[in-house]
Amino acid sequence: MEKTQDRFVQISGVGQTFKTRKGPFVALREIDLDIAKGEFVALIGHSGCGKSTLLNLIAGLTLPSTGHLICAGREISGPGPERGVVFQNHSLLPWLTCFDNVYLAVERVFGRTETKVQLRERTMAALALVGLTHAEHKRPHEISGGMKQRVGIARALSMEPKVLLMDEPFGALDALTRAHLQDELIRIVAATHSTVVMVTHDVDEAVLLADRIVMMTNGPAATIGAIQPVALPRPRDRVALADDPAYHACRAAVLDFLYRKQVHPAKRDAA
Amino acid sequence: MSVSAKPLDSTPTSALASLNAQESHALRPLAQDASQEAERRAAVRAREALSENKRAARRDALARLLAAIAPPLLGALVFLIVWQLVSLQVPAIPGPAATWASAYELFAHPFYSNGPNDQGIGWNVLASLWRVAIGFGLAALVGIPSGFILGRFSFINAMVSPLISLLRPVSPLAWLPLGLLLFKHAEPAAIWAIFICSIWPMIVNTAVGVTRVPQDYLNVARVLALSEWKIATKVLFPAVLPYMLTGVRLSIGTAWLVIVAAEMLTGGTGIGFWVWDEWNNLNVAHILVAIFVIGVVGLILEQSLMLLARRFSYDS
Repeated sequence: MEKTQDRFVQISGVGQTFKTRKGPFVALREIDLDIAKGEFVALIGHSGCGKSTLLNLIAGLTLPSTGHLICAGREISGPGPERGVVFQNHSLLPWLTCFDNVYLAVERVFGRTETKVQLRERTMAALALVGLTHAEHKRPHEISGGMKQRVGIARALSMEPKVLLMDEPFGALDALTRAHLQDELIRIVAATHSTVVMVTHDVDEAVLLADRIVMMTNGPAATIGAIQPVALPRPRDRVALADDPAYHACRAAVLDFLYRKQVHPAKRDAA
Repeated sequence: MSVSAKPLDSTPTSALASLNAQESHALRPLAQDASQEAERRAAVRAREALSENKRAARRDALARLLAAIAPPLLGALVFLIVWQLVSLQVPAIPGPAATWASAYELFAHPFYSNGPNDQGIGWNVLASLWRVAIGFGLAALVGIPSGFILGRFSFINAMVSPLISLLRPVSPLAWLPLGLLLFKHAEPAAIWAIFICSIWPMIVNTAVGVTRVPQDYLNVARVLALSEWKIATKVLFPAVLPYMLTGVRLSIGTAWLVIVAAEMLTGGTGIGFWVWDEWNNLNVAHILVAIFVIGVVGLILEQSLMLLARRFSYDS
């Protein structure tokens, strides 16, 4: 029991090779990572390091060329609602209202066992969790980018997934909205005890949110370069953290990895 | 608060009325009276500014309207002048005035019927529209599902698309004899020509729409592990709808072009036959009227489908 809790998601010996016209392209190699239940893991690295590829593998959207991925004791053989995905560009269906976008997911997961009233309640609860009760009848093009991303999060959470996978969920938002949604995510994760894997390119975001930061080497044939634990107590407050030496130590360690050990490919070529 | 939407004087008068009511209240300190006087003046000034704003807004709206309709009106005027000049040079072509007179006569009794070969222009237009509706409806019934299949299964697409590319540029009138051979009658043969010409844009556009459904939406469907039925109704169909409607719009435009020509060949009733009949009668004014009528009907068909398409577009 203890073992499955500590190794809720197991990634062992995973490599990913894509076939291209110029021959095979090795995106990832020899990835070994265990994620505990309730843990928040951030994947960070320069662009093209395969962090999204790794997330897609956990989501089951692509299957690995080598190695195995196991989630809650079962091999990942395809996508499924027990692994909720928040996509980078929200991916809401534009012809459905916010309510219906979430309801589609709720109905899929709980439709067989619950009544319509319960399904509606679940949908409204998920929208309330991200503070969007008032926008239930709006369509995606009628709301702001930050609100869309929140609906995306509500949709993923409404399925009560075992793992929440987020692919640069706040990447396209302005700094203030991003900070606001990060705070909300902290609150939601604390309330739901979710296991989260988040891809990000933002060092501050990773340190603020994660329990461990998985730092990837540059691609091609990227792999895990180092893992930085973030031993900051929760709940975390971004203003208080600004003066916290432990926060700065973590931040410095990640920055050192990204900008000394793994210089961005474009810059390295220029030098 | 929207100012211009209110009737001109309602708010200021009621404000003044309440001010007067306050004034009649006795034993008021002097300073308060003075401040009320100032308030009243402000209210009057506000009312003046308000009506001034309204006048300016009305002037702007008028200017915009003028800017919008002036160029088309000028174009129409130039057209009429050129037409008049041509009719002066070529006596066989009636000028705008003569055409107008004959149109007036025609539209006075659009729905008379003196046997199958002499019917009002209204009946003829309706007969043509009816043929277009049948041929076009059958084409939609066959073409849209075929488009979905072609878009979904690349093997079938690769199998059929060279054939479609070969047949699409063929004038639908070339299919007319085949229709006559198959159906033995003029009526179904004309519908057949409409069917053939409307089906290609619907197949091709629907198929393109299906292949262009954003991968993000399909990923959502995969992550939620939606059933095939849910994927079809909640993801594929709404995503393809705008493309489909483009196909429908192109089809109906072509169908309306083709019906005129087909009816000239098949005879009977219909606006195309009517044009040909009037040519045989050497009634050129009627032919010119028919050209306008065909144009107007085509425009209405196209615009109403554009309206429909706008209703179902989901640009975010």
